[in-house]
Amino acid sequence: MTAGPLPVQTTQQGRPAGTLYRGDTEGMWSWVLHRITGVLIFVFLLVHVLDTAMVRVSPELYNETIGTYKNWIMGLGEAGLVAAVLFHALNGIRVMLVDFWSKGTRYQRPMAWTVVGLWVVLMVPFLIRHLSNIFGG
Amino acid sequence: MSTPNAPALDAPRSPYSRTKSTRSNYELYSWVFMRMSGVVLVVLVLGHLFVNLMVGKGVAALDFAFVAGKWASPFWQIWDLLMLWLAMLHGTNGVRTIINDYAERDTTRFWLKMLIYFAFVVVVVLGTLVIFTFDPCPVGADPSLLPSFCQA
Repeated sequence: MTAGPLPVQTTQQGRPAGTLYRGDTEGMWSWVLHRITGVLIFVFLLVHVLDTAMVRVSPELYNETIGTYKNWIMGLGEAGLVAAVLFHALNGIRVMLVDFWSKGTRYQRPMAWTVVGLWVVLMVPFLIRHLSNIFGG
Repeated sequence: MSTPNAPALDAPRSPYSRTKSTRSNYELYSWVFMRMSGVVLVVLVLGHLFVNLMVGKGVAALDFAFVAGKWASPFWQIWDLLMLWLAMLHGTNGVRTIINDYAERDTTRFWLKMLIYFAFVVVVVLGTLVIFTFDPCPVGADPSLLPSFCQA
């Protein structure tokens, strides 16, 4: 293997293809997932403020609205949302360490795997609690 | 003696710049804001998820009485207000960055950003009004749906 600049994939118009940033595997995927989870959370946030605003209309309407969240399909959606929030939060801390910690760039790769590890450790108790709430009746 | 139309001369040894920069430091402040708000949001959002989904019966316990019980306390009002504003600013600014990266046509980029700024205003104004004008014990409501302290 010869070391050297990686060839930049380009579109037919000659622009760099698609996703802009191309770091190493861990850096690239962390960056992609950070963007995807971020957009997902933002869209949910808009809906979530609107559904919560129903408390201002009447207790009945709010309970009816929040009732639509209490089935297993929405329950799995909530699990996905929490998964997205936890990754975004943990990877956000990693981004700050890369930016502000003097050794951050050197350890960005092990930190990416630490994010994955902590994410699993936090998801397991949450899923046990949440899935038993959804399916336990 | 000064001539009215003479071009202004820079002071000797002033830093050389090819052209006057028309840029502000907006993107720098936005970069700093994402990190500062991010730290606070980690605490606010994970605390919110823990209290609403993990404690007690979790999502099954969420109803009007639960929300009213929380917002009867200024602690949760301020928590939720801060979370609303920071999350909306952080989220809108994040999506703005993504739009700038991927929308290549000027008009597409402009209108997509107008759309999220519009959503920002609607959601932040609505959410703020709801938190501040909320009545945990609305007159004439079914007492069985209200928090227990309303019967006092």
